[in-house]
Amino acid sequence: MFEQNISIAVQWLIFLGTACFAILTSILMVTRRNPIHSALLLVLTFLLTAVLFLLLRNPFIAIIQVLVYAGAVMMLIVFVIMLLELKSELRSALRVSFSKGAAVFTVLVILLCLFFAVSREPKGASGEYTSEMVSQLGSIKVVGKLLLTDYLLPFEIISILLLAAIVGAVVLAKQRLVEKE
Amino acid sequence: MTIPTIPPAAYLILGAILFAIGAIGVLTRRNAIIVFMSIELMLNSVNLSLIAFSYSLNSMDGVLFVFFVMAVSAAEAAVGLAIFVQLYRTRETINLDEINMMKW
Repeated sequence: MFEQNISIAVQWLIFLGTACFAILTSILMVTRRNPIHSALLLVLTFLLTAVLFLLLRNPFIAIIQVLVYAGAVMMLIVFVIMLLELKSELRSALRVSFSKGAAVFTVLVILLCLFFAVSREPKGASGEYTSEMVSQLGSIKVVGKLLLTDYLLPFEIISILLLAAIVGAVVLAKQRLVEKE
Repeated sequence: MTIPTIPPAAYLILGAILFAIGAIGVLTRRNAIIVFMSIELMLNSVNLSLIAFSYSLNSMDGVLFVFFVMAVSAAEAAVGLAIFVQLYRTRETINLDEINMMKW
């Protein structure tokens, strides 16, 4: 009983620390003047979310989060910031105006609605994949089996979508050689 | 006396707060790259809620959804950033208030 209490208390500590830090870094991310600072703070937010995924017993998604989001997507964003050579007026911070105040107010009202919707226990049929069973089988094995059985069609569609995105990115970013001549 | 475990509502509330911060970023900033990063933050907070639901309901569907959301957002990043590079080449700006050629 005592050991169980200790482990739950440690989980609470990790959760509260990670949550506060994630909120802080995301607020800083939105308000920074320099885009590169925003990008690095967003990487920090993604890593903190990966810690929360580990706390939810989901190491597979935590690893994918670090690899795909904090690694690949953010590297792309940092490279584009480097390529664009932003002028000083583009590095503008938050300027206060009436429409922006109204936007923030609207978002806060939506947040209040979300609080009321979320603060009760989620209802729904409980599935078969308890966390003990998933950790016994290995979460990657379970995800892979589901991907190739129940979710085969979305999986194939995603592969076509990624191919289309690669071709689209190459076509868009290519120099138009004909126009230059 | 036992300490209660972390309720799923705590994760959902954190997801809601991160989503709201991302939405504020989308609506108030005018630098296209920062707007893009705020959208990534919103997607990430939705992923957190999906994983919390899948953990509390003992289901694997949320995890698969997060997998697909990540694939779509990687595709979106590739195409979106290519569009930004192309816009900067032709218009010399990525300020969203100055990109209004499709508005009338």
